[in-house]
Amino acid sequence: MKPPAFNYVAPTTLEEALDARAEHADDCAVLAGGQSLMPLLNLRMAFPGTVIDLAGVGELAGIREWDGGVAIGAMTRQRTAEGDALIRERAPLMTTALPNIGHAAIRNRGTVGGSIAHADPAAELPAVALALDAQLVAKKKRGERTIEAADFFAGFLTTALEPDELLVEVRVPGMAKGHGVAFHELARRHGDFALVGVAAAVALEGDKIADCRLAFIGVGGTPMRAREAEKMLVGAQPSAEVFAEAAERAKAELDPAGDTHASAEYRRRVAGVLAQRALAEATR
Amino acid sequence: MSIEVTLTVNGVTRTASVEARRTLADFLREDLELTGTHLGCEHGVCGACTVTVNGASARSCLMLAVQADGADVRTIEGLLEPDGSLGVLQQACADSHAFQCGFCTPGFLMTATELLAENATPTEDDVREAISGNLCRCTGYESIVQAVMLAAERGA
Repeated sequence: MKPPAFNYVAPTTLEEALDARAEHADDCAVLAGGQSLMPLLNLRMAFPGTVIDLAGVGELAGIREWDGGVAIGAMTRQRTAEGDALIRERAPLMTTALPNIGHAAIRNRGTVGGSIAHADPAAELPAVALALDAQLVAKKKRGERTIEAADFFAGFLTTALEPDELLVEVRVPGMAKGHGVAFHELARRHGDFALVGVAAAVALEGDKIADCRLAFIGVGGTPMRAREAEKMLVGAQPSAEVFAEAAERAKAELDPAGDTHASAEYRRRVAGVLAQRALAEATR
Repeated sequence: MSIEVTLTVNGVTRTASVEARRTLADFLREDLELTGTHLGCEHGVCGACTVTVNGASARSCLMLAVQADGADVRTIEGLLEPDGSLGVLQQACADSHAFQCGFCTPGFLMTATELLAENATPTEDDVREAISGNLCRCTGYESIVQAVMLAAERGA
């Protein structure tokens, strides 16, 4: 239960970090908050030749207004994001989801960008990014590009990031003012990885749903949007019946796998139940 | 690969040369011989190795010693009063019978230290939420919650 030996690089500027990333692209791990990488190292499930520690790159942490929404530096600690007023105002779904990540001691170290780049399909922040159509800014030594969240999560612990790229910022577009949000997950124990979870953000216009986002975790290799269910809900009046129908639609879109913790059928069923609860809460 | 680190541990400045892969937990226990920090699961689940880093609770098994360079680290040994007697939180634990085997206790106390620094008058729910990341296999937690409440009452 001790990490394997590795070469350690601690850049203090983004430029140095991108240089290191380019130099060690074929065999490196990026250490953000370490709350996923360190267990993988301790369990000897990862053997990176080089570990690039981003903690010293101050310019990667910070929260700023962005185009009606909010931009969050990749190295912003989850605990900082949890208490941030701008995120609460512009991306309340993230504020609501954050306390579900592990425990305070984990969120003190864990970062927003680290969780998204790690892309665990049972993790909360990737689903939040997907639900809110976040734009993920990737940088490399020569160049920068923006990846839509919908294109970012490629598979289990796999993203669209190239081996020489770093996720530097998470840009979350704002939704209509006063929209409702909810995040529900089922885990074996409080703080454990979710068996199934759902993130919902719903904006009403009058008594009708104008914008609806429904993203699930723990139901496939990546976080998943239930886009058919969303489409069905837009224009509808919120009611238990409509939500039940939307949940059925969502269940048909999901492709959960069974494992020792829960069968595929159980996950699908729970996804439907949680979706109804989340939709009701988000439209209260 | 060896790297020089300088950090403050329980108010004492320490400089050491550590291997990059050395966890903060092993650094505290093996290099500084501060064996009060206990290692349970070594992958961030049990909370036994919790210390505070610049006042914020952290799993010392999920941090490298090199990441603590320049930091102010506090461990269970740092909760003692200057005269060597038990600190308020420690005494409250003893008075509440908040441990049996005691293996998890250091992690609980460091987690509670962060809580009480942020919130001097927590409710029982606050305490339960705060310590939810620490596992105890003996007590059933009730006496630990009582101990933290008692420590708050005594102004820890």
